[in-house]
Amino acid sequence: MAVIPAVAVREARTARLRRRIGDNLLAYAFMAGGLFCFALFSWYPLAKGVILSFQQDNFVVPPYWVGLDNYRAVFDDPLFWTAWKNTVLFTGLALVFGFALPFVIAVLLNEFRHLTGFFRVLVYLPVMLPPVVSVLLWRSFYDPGNGLFNTVLSSVGLPTSQWTQSSSTAMISLVLVSTWANMGGATLMYLAALQGIPGDLYEAAELDGAGIWQRLRHVTVPQMRFIMLVLLLLQIIATMQVFVEPFLLTGTSSPDTVTVMVLIYRYAFTVNNDFGLAAAMSVLLFVVLGAFSALYLRLTRSAD
Amino acid sequence: MTLTAPPPPARTEAAAAPPGRRPRRRGTPGGVRTLVSAVDLNRHRTAYVVAVAGTMLVFTAAFLYPLYWMATSALKTPVEFAQNVPTIVPESFHPENYTTAWTSMRIGRFFLNTVYYALGGWLIQLILDVAVAYALSKLKPVFGRVVLAAMLASLMLPAAALLVPAYLTVADVPIFGWNLIDTPWALWLPAAANAFNVYVLKRFFDQIPNDLLDAAAIDGAGRLRILRSVVLPLSRPVLGVVSIFAIIGIWKDFLWPLLVLQDPEVQTLSVALSRLANTSQVPPTDFMAGLVIASVPMIVIFLIFQRSIIGGLSAGAMKG
Repeated sequence: MAVIPAVAVREARTARLRRRIGDNLLAYAFMAGGLFCFALFSWYPLAKGVILSFQQDNFVVPPYWVGLDNYRAVFDDPLFWTAWKNTVLFTGLALVFGFALPFVIAVLLNEFRHLTGFFRVLVYLPVMLPPVVSVLLWRSFYDPGNGLFNTVLSSVGLPTSQWTQSSSTAMISLVLVSTWANMGGATLMYLAALQGIPGDLYEAAELDGAGIWQRLRHVTVPQMRFIMLVLLLLQIIATMQVFVEPFLLTGTSSPDTVTVMVLIYRYAFTVNNDFGLAAAMSVLLFVVLGAFSALYLRLTRSAD
Repeated sequence: MTLTAPPPPARTEAAAAPPGRRPRRRGTPGGVRTLVSAVDLNRHRTAYVVAVAGTMLVFTAAFLYPLYWMATSALKTPVEFAQNVPTIVPESFHPENYTTAWTSMRIGRFFLNTVYYALGGWLIQLILDVAVAYALSKLKPVFGRVVLAAMLASLMLPAAALLVPAYLTVADVPIFGWNLIDTPWALWLPAAANAFNVYVLKRFFDQIPNDLLDAAAIDGAGRLRILRSVVLPLSRPVLGVVSIFAIIGIWKDFLWPLLVLQDPEVQTLSVALSRLANTSQVPPTDFMAGLVIASVPMIVIFLIFQRSIIGGLSAGAMKG
């Protein structure tokens, strides 16, 4: 084997070092724009949000420290508990419909041999609409006077409803439109997961004498457990941030449908104009949602 | 064991079996076995037909009819719209409601605003996020892993928790002292801080073999040239998916533009529609036309790119 001269080795080494430095400079030049955006609009606001929650800031006087006053004020606000109660109620009801229904529909569609593309497009169509459009469209359906729902109900002899305008049905009205607008995504994800279940499992279960319900319970559901858990977490995170539905259907002042996000909006932009209060509320929401997010990331990361 | 040993007879039988059982499932190539076997499905043919027909009826009523109702309501006169028994097919035909909405409700203006925000936001997101992903994936700078982790950490932040501080930041950008309220940058710059894009793009770039890049480098291509001539052409599918979701995201967004676009002149369709919904001067039929106009671009994008959209969604479900 030929001996490589020491000079050549040194030269190769400096060349490699120079290329490493060049690559690094270039890499950070490439990332400059992205880092700028992340630093200013993601990392900085996070820090600012926490700091703000301990400050008094209303744009009139320069912000000053108030310790835990914002948190105390938020906890003392009677709407605070109402907002959390409503948010949990919305999330719970949204899960009853939005979690079970897509699963049932996906299992059904997965058995179909005809029109599958058509069904898929239809169920996802509402997801494509801007949320403002879906909600405002449903607002006209919900009209207690001559909205479509009451017209249809009364034409088949069923009792009509006040929908969003009665405190007993307001929340369920919000959940219905939210489910209609969002269930397509979960349905298609379930469908994709269902297609990944090996057919042998059903075959084997059937040979063992398992009926259709037993196969559903002992093959489909266990095989889908992971994706169901992931979608459950995603849905909890998404529905706890509900805003458009209450904002457009019942307004920000109706105590029946004040949610955490609506309350944050009120604190910051309408009633109080107090960013400290809004920040304190945001931090609390963040802690709750952060727990779900962390769980979600752990699950999906470990699955990789 | 010899290579020439003939397979045992039982084996050949089993190997021959699949072709014989092939036509077990009509309409599905490859005959994928699902919950219900083909035998059962054929035995209960009527039940199957009823189930498909019933589902079609329910789906049409639930998902298609509301859209049909929206589009046809916009063609009616306000009197017909307000009738107690709604007409399925409009008695009168007033396509001019759409033009009225476009001009007198100034939907046209908001439409163009939204198009401008969506295209600009898409371009900025794509340029900045591709650059970050390429640098992280192929240039492997020091602290690259830290940068990626810090970006991914932002995925954990619910948008809601950042709303108020992000609003204050946009109203007075630190160091630079800019006020971005009512400017497109208030939408574009925060949208570019999209960790999901960076993650998806980086994962895709990671799969491009380094040999390919080295070959281009030996031919004298610089890093930028490699990105343009090797990496980007290979990444067309992922760029397509990222682009579609970027545009859809900006078009559908509501709460953020509601906060940062306060001047009616610069508002997006969603924000303008929510404002117009609470004024009584707008005839309901014109308003329906406005809702239709806001939906059409999304429905068109969906019909054209449904494969990518549904595929991207399914991939997301598998990988999380």
